[in-house]
Amino acid sequence: MGLRSYIITRVLLTIPMILLLLSIVFLVVRVMPGDPVALHFERRASEESMNEMRSRLGLDKPLHIQYFEYLVGLLNGDFGRSMQDYSPVGEQIFSAFPATLELAIFSVFIAITAGILLGVRASRLYNSLQDHCIRAFGIIAYAIPVFFLGMVFQLIFAVELGWLPTGLRTRPTMEPYGLTLNLNYPAGGLVPILLWALPAGLICCVLCFIVLKRRNIKFWPKGFLFCLPAFLAGWIVWTFASWHFMSVGVLHISTGLFTIDSLLEGNVVKFVEALKGLCLPSLTLGIVLSGVFIRLTRNNMLETLRVDYVTAARARGLRERTVVYGYALRNAFLPILTMMGLQFATLLGGAILTETTFSWPGLGRYLVSRINYRDYTAIQGAVVYFGLIVALVNLVVDIFYAYLDPRIRL
Amino acid sequence: MSRSKTKRPLLAGFLPGLASLTKRGSAGWMILIGAIIVSSIIIMTLISPWITPSDPTATPPTIDNPLRSPPSWEFPMGTNKLGQDMLSRVLSGGAVMLQVAVLSVFLCFLLGVPISLLASYTGGIFEKVCSLIMDSLYAFPGLVLAIAIAAMMGRGVINMAISIAVVYVPSYFRLVRSQVLTIKELPYTEAAKATGAKGRTILLRYILPNVVPSIVVVATVNFADAILTAAGLTFVGLGVGIDVPDWGWDLTKGFELLPSGAWWVITFPGIMIVLLALGFTLIGEGLNEMLNPRLEQ
Repeated sequence: MGLRSYIITRVLLTIPMILLLLSIVFLVVRVMPGDPVALHFERRASEESMNEMRSRLGLDKPLHIQYFEYLVGLLNGDFGRSMQDYSPVGEQIFSAFPATLELAIFSVFIAITAGILLGVRASRLYNSLQDHCIRAFGIIAYAIPVFFLGMVFQLIFAVELGWLPTGLRTRPTMEPYGLTLNLNYPAGGLVPILLWALPAGLICCVLCFIVLKRRNIKFWPKGFLFCLPAFLAGWIVWTFASWHFMSVGVLHISTGLFTIDSLLEGNVVKFVEALKGLCLPSLTLGIVLSGVFIRLTRNNMLETLRVDYVTAARARGLRERTVVYGYALRNAFLPILTMMGLQFATLLGGAILTETTFSWPGLGRYLVSRINYRDYTAIQGAVVYFGLIVALVNLVVDIFYAYLDPRIRL
Repeated sequence: MSRSKTKRPLLAGFLPGLASLTKRGSAGWMILIGAIIVSSIIIMTLISPWITPSDPTATPPTIDNPLRSPPSWEFPMGTNKLGQDMLSRVLSGGAVMLQVAVLSVFLCFLLGVPISLLASYTGGIFEKVCSLIMDSLYAFPGLVLAIAIAAMMGRGVINMAISIAVVYVPSYFRLVRSQVLTIKELPYTEAAKATGAKGRTILLRYILPNVVPSIVVVATVNFADAILTAAGLTFVGLGVGIDVPDWGWDLTKGFELLPSGAWWVITFPGIMIVLLALGFTLIGEGLNEMLNPRLEQ
């Protein structure tokens, strides 16, 4: 089977799976004992107001019609309306999602980096003290409730030491603001900044001069023609850069990922702020996830390091690092990739708890806050959205896997 | 069943059995340490009514019970927001976690094993449908599904256990299915079929005993997952209730005190949850290593 036909089959197989998943969620919320509307009011409202809500949300129709409307709505990107204020759930979910995505990306990055580095180290030093320590770390990381680790981190780094914020994505100085121009001028106006940027221009000039000298080009007159533009370019570029650098005001939201947004703006201060906010939550989630990756990398590397081609590579006199990372890890990476797909579901589960711990305004926090309001339509919407993301990620991982390992396509 | 006639008395074989674990390498040590942790927590929870220094649910606070006081000689683990003694709460707080874990693993067992044995042995459309359902459930974020179910069912140990069980049934199903599909093709099963054994006999006498070891491994790891999920459910507000001493609940309540730096309210219940989950994980990992000795070379 070619890659294309594999992709088509895989996509076609995903459709019944998603349909089934949607039905499960529908069954859980609508059919299981407990009427959502009655639960929402905790049986304290009059029958009329409950009926009114039912008719406004379409919950009074027969089940099969509700099911049909639910599926058609989802196809149109309509996740229903919230029981709390009848606002569209879809919009709230979409606006909360980038925060979760950013957290997920950073924590997966941390988990995989830590997992691979530590796992490779443990497998190379098999049965040594370091190996045992790394394994112990992996097992403990797996057994820690993610929110407990988050609380401990908050207590140490935010409450006691005060190095990092306790959570929240933004600082008071950096209110996110959608689609407006950044009109915050740096303190002091343009002149100090021009002066401040002068050394940068001079450095550019000197660098240019050194390069010219190496090439044996005389400074006057030809070299000057290069040095002057270099000086001006350095000065002007640094002026504009530091304009951004010193201004801390609204953050333009374009992607919704604050680190990317601040980089798009070219503002280092905002980027650092965004990173500081991300630091503790992603570290928490990353450490908890890294346990699985450590174990997996270690076990796979232990097997791969014994294979003949690794011995052959060693015999040819390649450096140990090349052998381990270039030969063995490459082939041990496939199971890690599969695990990445599977762990994505765990990641989202962990993200719910991490977001709640760090007041991170993502999808998980949204879901938890809706639980407290007993807003069942919103809960259903968020759960469906989580399921769709996981199905999509698994699809992508499978296709990538098939691309890397042609045996899968058979 | 006439196989297990020469069974040793349970306790007489148990303790030397535990001691001999240390001779079986790191896997044995892991099982031993895990077993010690888990059993001491279970014993602690069982005898807690007699050893708690004060009433873990005492309200309203009296002058003897200062609110949110740091650890002292009188209150070795401090007191919480309501002035309840944290030591007493930690000692007696394991009951909910353990009940939920045991119940959910039991439910998983009850649901997962028969369905998966039948489905994978008979094959056909029943297996296809089961696999599809289980695969969709398996791919779903566990905690999210548990939250959805628990939110609909309301508070309580049994409801929590059910919502956790639904989440973890697929992992049993996948494991048992893969094992049965292998065992089905093995010579001794074929031989049994050739001698005219009934399907039920083959399933119960030939396949099930060979699946059980791996089920036990999954079940132990599942204990740890169930405990962590139960703690997570409690943390998002879907726990058992208010007046029951429970580590998850204490952790959740302690979280509100975090900005004031009251470290003792979260630390001790949190460590207990970690220990309990760690104990089960260690047992599971050790068993796994012992049963799949691929790496012991």
